[in-house]
Amino acid sequence: MTAALELRAGALAVGGRLLWSELELTVEPGEFLAVLGPNGVGKSSLLNVVLGLRQLQRGEVTVLGGAPRDAVDRVGYLPQRRNFDPSVRIRGLDIVRLGVDGHRWGVPFPGRASRETWRWVRELVDDVGASAYADRPIGQLSGGEQQRLLIAQALARRPELLLLDEPLDSLDLPNQAAVAQLVSKLCTERGVAVVMVAHDVNPILPYLDKVTYLAPGGAACGTPQDVITSETLTGLFGVSIEVLRASDGRLVVVGQPEAPALHGDRHH
Amino acid sequence: MLSEMFSFPFMVNAYRAGTIVAVLAGAVGYLMVLRQQSFVGHTLSAVGFPGAAGALLLGLTAPLGYYAFCLVAALVISRVHHAERSAQAAVVGTVQAFALASGYLFVVLYKGVLSGTTALLFGSFLGITSTQVVVMAGVATVLLTALVILGRPLLFASLDPDAARAAGVPVALLDLLFLLLLGATAAGVVQITGSLMVFTLLVLPAAAARELSCRPGRALATSILIALLVTWTALAVAYSSPYPLGFWLSTLAFGTFLAAKAVSRVRA
Repeated sequence: MTAALELRAGALAVGGRLLWSELELTVEPGEFLAVLGPNGVGKSSLLNVVLGLRQLQRGEVTVLGGAPRDAVDRVGYLPQRRNFDPSVRIRGLDIVRLGVDGHRWGVPFPGRASRETWRWVRELVDDVGASAYADRPIGQLSGGEQQRLLIAQALARRPELLLLDEPLDSLDLPNQAAVAQLVSKLCTERGVAVVMVAHDVNPILPYLDKVTYLAPGGAACGTPQDVITSETLTGLFGVSIEVLRASDGRLVVVGQPEAPALHGDRHH
Repeated sequence: MLSEMFSFPFMVNAYRAGTIVAVLAGAVGYLMVLRQQSFVGHTLSAVGFPGAAGALLLGLTAPLGYYAFCLVAALVISRVHHAERSAQAAVVGTVQAFALASGYLFVVLYKGVLSGTTALLFGSFLGITSTQVVVMAGVATVLLTALVILGRPLLFASLDPDAARAAGVPVALLDLLFLLLLGATAAGVVQITGSLMVFTLLVLPAAAARELSCRPGRALATSILIALLVTWTALAVAYSSPYPLGFWLSTLAFGTFLAAKAVSRVRA
């Protein structure tokens, strides 16, 4: 079976500055990978590499067995937190539909094809549990509601690989848990490979197959148990880092350079 | 009264031009409001004033000046389009002030024979030639065809540029094309509304339509319909009253907007 995503000895520089290097990554169909690391280390840029919008400095990237730009139709992407302005008076349904045929030239004319498309859009909306409010203007929905609709949009072309950039950011805790569960369901039930850039690993920890920790000039990849440890992170960042496990299983990273702890202290 | 009004060739031309302009303004205006580019639209219209005055000074026709200046201004603005939002607003504002000043200079240089300054700024339905109507119709056909072809990707890029780019939509190209579309539309609209009153047709119908429907297709059609009704009514009222067209256009458009607001308030 072809891997959904493979990176070999990848290195990325933006504006002449090396962000990360020596990145080895394999995501199989149905696997859930989290990309972690301090701010500005190039987590979103990694997704842009997978989308073919950025080029690697060194190394090789293979998406669904081919070059990134050849896989565009089979990759779903949720950009970093977009809150629609309250003044945006477009239904959630229309936003989801853009994911289905928004890239095609022309305008949709009413007819059988259009009715088919709407049926598919309603199904997508139903799958993410957003049917109750998909008819309302998206600008008037809460962050969690908007996020569910945007995930439906990212799923619109039945992607085999789903790239999510901080989808849990600025959601409240119940919504973080619900969206994490939804994403994990996509992996297990549909075999979609998921790469999620995350700030806080805890809401997704129970569902993760792999994590990649990006650091300036390096990277570590493996199971959460192997990577999120005091030894690995200390070795990666070159400063003393301690990983503590709370009684409820949550992880707290202490001493990570320039980035907040994995959990808890970024809502100042 | 209608048959009397249409026995004057200048009124027939006014209605022809008004109809073309209303359809264009309703459609392009809706997308402009959606893209939050109203300030750019206003500046492109302001540039029409020195364009027309300059053309007359050189012994050319006003419409030629409108189209040339508005399209060049659209290209200039597209150069700073990707700059930071605040920097862009500053540049656009500077262009607008300079345009109005140049227009005033051209009027002064023309030494008073240019009796139509008020018309250039506040609109008029007198003296629209058949040639002018033919040019407008030709330009409108090109623009509306372009709008239909660009349709969905333009909507996608306007609402959600990051997701659109990832889906393979050429967002930067669409930004440029829309500015040119807006420039050419503004050049047509100012021939009826004048440079300063362009929002009566470019913003108000779109803003009213947005209140009435949050489906893009329906809202766009509603915007065109409102622009048409406002223009037709304003022309008839202006014909049979001592007050200028610009006054009637803006009063009717504003009234429609308030009514739409009220309807949307009642529905909510």
